[in-house]
Order: sequence, then C-alpha cells, then structure tokens
Amino acid sequence: MSTPALAVDAAGLCRRYGRRWALVDVSLQAPPGCVVMVTGRNGSGKSTLLRILSTAIRPDRGTARVAGFDVRRQTDAVRRRVALLSHHSYLYEALTALENLEVAARFVGVPAGREALEERLAAVNLADRADDPVSTFSAGMRKRLSLARTLLRDSAVVMLDEPYGQLDPPGFRLVDRIVGSLRDRGVAVLVATHLLERGASLADLGVILEAGRLVWSGPAAELPSRARLDPDGEGGA
Amino acid sequence: MSALAAALRKEALIQWRSRAQLLAVYLFGAASLLLFSFAIGPDSAALRQHSAGFLWLALLLSSTLSLAESFGHEMENRAFEGLLLLGAGPRSLYYGKALSNWAQLSLVGIGLVPVMVVLYDAGTPRIPSLVAVIVLGTSGLSAPGTLYAAMTAQARARQTLLPLLLFPLVVPVLLASVKASSLVILGDPMGQMGSWILLLVAFDLIHWSLCGLLFGRVVED
Amino acid sequence: MSLPAAPFPAEDRTLFWPYALAALGLALLLWGSSWGLFVAPAESYMGDVQRIMYVHVPTAWNALLALTFAFGCALAFLVRGSWRWDARLEAAMEVGTVLSALLCMQGAIWAKPTWGVWWDWDPRLTTTAVMVFAFAGILTLRRFVDDPVKRAVWSAVATVIAYVDVPIVYFSVKWWNSLHQHQSSPETVSKAFHWPLRINAFGILFLMSGMIALRARLADLRRQGEMAPPLPEPGTVALGGAR
Repeated sequence: MSTPALAVDAAGLCRRYGRRWALVDVSLQAPPGCVVMVTGRNGSGKSTLLRILSTAIRPDRGTARVAGFDVRRQTDAVRRRVALLSHHSYLYEALTALENLEVAARFVGVPAGREALEERLAAVNLADRADDPVSTFSAGMRKRLSLARTLLRDSAVVMLDEPYGQLDPPGFRLVDRIVGSLRDRGVAVLVATHLLERGASLADLGVILEAGRLVWSGPAAELPSRARLDPDGEGGA
Repeated sequence: MSALAAALRKEALIQWRSRAQLLAVYLFGAASLLLFSFAIGPDSAALRQHSAGFLWLALLLSSTLSLAESFGHEMENRAFEGLLLLGAGPRSLYYGKALSNWAQLSLVGIGLVPVMVVLYDAGTPRIPSLVAVIVLGTSGLSAPGTLYAAMTAQARARQTLLPLLLFPLVVPVLLASVKASSLVILGDPMGQMGSWILLLVAFDLIHWSLCGLLFGRVVED
Repeated sequence: MSLPAAPFPAEDRTLFWPYALAALGLALLLWGSSWGLFVAPAESYMGDVQRIMYVHVPTAWNALLALTFAFGCALAFLVRGSWRWDARLEAAMEVGTVLSALLCMQGAIWAKPTWGVWWDWDPRLTTTAVMVFAFAGILTLRRFVDDPVKRAVWSAVATVIAYVDVPIVYFSVKWWNSLHQHQSSPETVSKAFHWPLRINAFGILFLMSGMIALRARLADLRRQGEMAPPLPEPGTVALGGAR
C-alpha cells in the first residue's frame, strides 16, 4: 500500500454547536512526518478541528481525508490509522492503569500481555502504579496514562489536544520526546496547545484559529510573533 | 469476533471490579419483594398466587438501576467514545454490554428466587424451569434496556427517562415472564407454558437483532 | 448520514391547504357525528351507548394510521436524513398519541355503562394504552435532548423499536386476557350504521392530516430557531468586512 501523499488533507471544514458555528471554513494540509501546531484562544475551535479529523464528530460542511481516507465515508479506516489524545481521558475509573491499557490493547490488536504493557507504562513513568485503580490517580498521572493509551498502536496520524495540560516539567519533556520520536518515524502529529514557545520549537507548521476561522498558517518558527493570544499581557506583536 | 471477545473481557473486568454494585442491586430487589408483601398484607394464599408477579416487578425495577449504571462507567471519562475511536465497532460494544447486563440481571433474578420462596411461600420443585424463565425474561429486558441506557446516559433527566422509555416496550416480556413463572410455581395443568416461552423467545430474537442494528446510530455523532 | 448544515430555506409555504383540510375534516366530523348521535336508529342490544362507536371506530383507525405514518417518517429519516421527516415524525407522534389517549377514554366511557367497570383489558385498548405510554415517552425524550441531530436520530430509532413492538404487545395481551372472560369491544356495526362511520372516518382523517401538516411546520420553525443561521457561502465576505 503506497503512503498517501498527504497525511491530513482538509478543506472548508465547518461545524456547528447549537446556534454557534465552532469552525468556519477551515482548511489544513500536512504531509507525513510533519508536526503541526494548532493554536488559538479557548473556544477558538482547536478541539473541534481535532475531533473532526479523528472522526469523533462529523463536519457539517467541507471535506477531510486523513491518512488517505475520507472521514465521512471511510470512518473505520481512518480510526484504525489515527490516534487522539483528548481532553477526556477515555479511562475507566474502576480499572487499574494496566487494565485500562489492556482493554485498549485488545481492541487495537497489539500485545496485551503484562510485560508488554508494563513497558509502555514505564515509558510514561507509571510503572510503579500499574496495579492501582485510575480513581486514585492525579490529573497528571491520568494524562500520562492517556498518552500511553494513545501510543498503543502505530498510527499514521497522532493528534494531541492540549498534551501539556496538567503535566509537570518532566511531563512536558516527555511529550516533547514523544512528538520528536513520532516525527522521526514519519508520523504526522497535530498538537493543539497554547504554549507558544514550546510548540514553535517543536513544530514544522503553525496554524492559528480565532473564533472558528483559520486566520494564519505558516512556518511554526513565526508563531510566537504572529499569535497574539494575550493582547493585554506581555505577548508582543 | 475478536472485537466481541475484547468487549466481553472489558465488561468482565469492570463487573468484577464493581461487584459491590451487583450486591446493591440485589439488595434493592430483595427489599422491593419485602415491600410488595406489605402492600398485599399477610394473606399467604394471595401472596403465593401473585408471587411471580412480584418477582418480575422487583426485577424490572432493579433493571433500571443496573442498566443505568452500566453506562455510568462508559460516560464518566467518555471511555466509550475512546473505544469507538480505536476502531471498535459499535455492534460489538453493544453485544458485549447487553450480554453483560443480561448476565447481571439473571444473577439478580436467580438470587431473588429464595427470597421469593421464603416471603411468598412460593416453593416449587421445578427450579430449573424457573431459572430458564428468568434467563429468557432478563434477556428481553437487557436487549432494549442496553440501547436505551446508552441513549439516556447522554441526555438530561436520565434517571426518569430510562424507565419511561423501557417499561412500555417490555410489557410483553413482563406478561410472558410472569405467566410462565406463575405456571412453574403454581402448576400448569393445561400445558400453556409452551406458548409463553415461544413469545419470550420471539421477543428476544427480534430485539437482540433490531437493537444491535440500530445501536450504531444511537452512539455515533 | 449527513443532515444539511443550514436549515432548508424557510419558504413561506402557504398554510392554506392544511387549514382547509382541517376545516373540511371538522365539518365532516360534525356532520357524521350529528347523524350518528341524533338521526341513526339506536342499536337493539346496547341502546344509545352504542353511538359512541361513530367516533370510537374512526378514532381507532386514524390513531393507528397516524402512528404508522410516524413509523414511516422514522424510517425515512434514518434512511434519507432529511429534517423534514423529523418534523413530520414529531407531528405524527403527537397527533397519534393524542388520538390514542382519546381512544382509551372513549373505551372507558363505553365500558362503564356496559360492563360496570371502566377498563376491561380488551386487547386492542390495552395495546393502545401501552402505545400511549411508549410514544409519550419518546415525546418526553425529545424534550430532554438539546442537540437537534441527536434528538432526531434517537426519536427515530425509538419510534422504530416501539412500533415493531406493537404487534407483540397486542398478541401477548390477547393471550394473557384470553384466560379470563373475553369481553367484546364496540366493534360490530351493522350495515345501517355505515355511513356516519365513514363520514367520521374521513372527517378525522382530514382533520388529522391538516393538524399534522401544521404541527410539522411548527416543529420545523422551532428547530430552525435552535440552529445557527446559515453560513455565508465560501467566497463571500463575512463578519463585517468591507466588500
């Protein structure tokens, strides 16, 4: 199977929630191995965009092909090639960290044996809490577990919605390492975040959303200067 | 097929971890049986006569608790959506959940039999037949119940909506199960069990297929 | 399935025909009912009580028709995905539920002087009562779901399941009741009484159709109010920019 030319090819995406248009006419293109940083204020549509591209929700208008498949008509094919780290942890409170990974691993078809999963937990520094129920976890630990869950399968596109949220500085570095290694393996990564400097150094392409519209896209290095997320703060033009 | 196996394993894990909840539902069912007997009065003959009815009422009420709770775990952190996004088909998730609910309700039902025997003097030598009726009847509650539980878990006023939607739908199950159970407990001189069992089987077949077919529409956006 | 993003254009379709239909229906209903109540001869056995049949039987036919139409709308919606079918589903369900509730009341009014009890567990009426609760439940569900798309899909699914259940409910009640004394419902009508019956049947049919059309229009308008205004087409300037 030939690799698709573009990992993400979206055009004119629109999505409504009730009376409000959350996304208006957003287009995005990303080749494999490209790291895209999606930024914007709260409520600008970052999560909505990622949710549409990962097929969690359907666009009201526009088209999107992710990993070579149409998000509307070939939803299953997209889901098998894409991973989403969402605001919601997707975890079962009653199960342990290991069991949560095991459940996901079985659906995905990767080795679900104790050793294999403990390795994955070790990669996110949760090996010592493998048998503790998630209900006892702090927010940062849940985030790391969700991260491990996201990386279970070899995906063509990985989408991280606010991956740095709730993490401590070692956690930040963990995310950076993960994004870097994904990029090295030719995986396209979409990162929605408002940590501008972090994202700019990490990403290749930058995209700014405002009120659901795409107001700028270009090289990620230019992001901190382009984005004025905090006009009354210290961020300058 | 492996998706169904994965779904069943997930259900087993969750059920095992939250087994206290099963006990709570059972206690609720037993308490209901006690309360019903107070509503009728200490007339042993009348109690025995209507014991099947009370058993199934208690099971019906218990089912609203356990069905609603079955999706509580899934909606807390949107774990269900997480599984869908992994590529798990809605159908396997439905059947996994429905089978798990069926098992749970059957256990509660079978567990309530001794309570019924004691409180209502409803002893019978034909316990296996009674168990069979309970298994068939709870199957009829579980199939549509799981679908509606998934629906109402995402809506407001979910506590009231689930019984409101489910109860009219499962009237045939109630009628057939009560009748069949009654015949087991009180005797079946005219051999009517067959038709009631047939009704239950027909209801189960129709709903297990129809609800499985429609489940995808209910949980996908 | 993708529903159109923007509500379909709110053409001012004339409401003349629905109103006209409803008015015609009402006229027919009044005509048929007065014929049945005052002109037609009393039935030999039951006397004047039997006259309720002139409304009861037409109501029964039309209630089932309305709910069957609702089932059709639900299927159409699930297959075609057009908002119009959702509006018609809501309208048909409401009208069907009201007619079914009326049916139960009529049955009770007939039963009391005839059998001495308000309710005699007649299979048809009992099934109707179950249907009233089933569809009232779906109408309640609609009230508690905010997202129009979810609301439409869920009520369509619930309607399909509820409707498929109707024959099963009927047979189960019939068998259940057959062990007891089976009392007949006011179904038998001899030839002399056919005309008022037919007129009323058409009367209720037209009245019901007009009301469903009007109610569907209302449902559409409400939903349009809930959803965001349509986006400008791509290429045009929006958000107050100068052309």
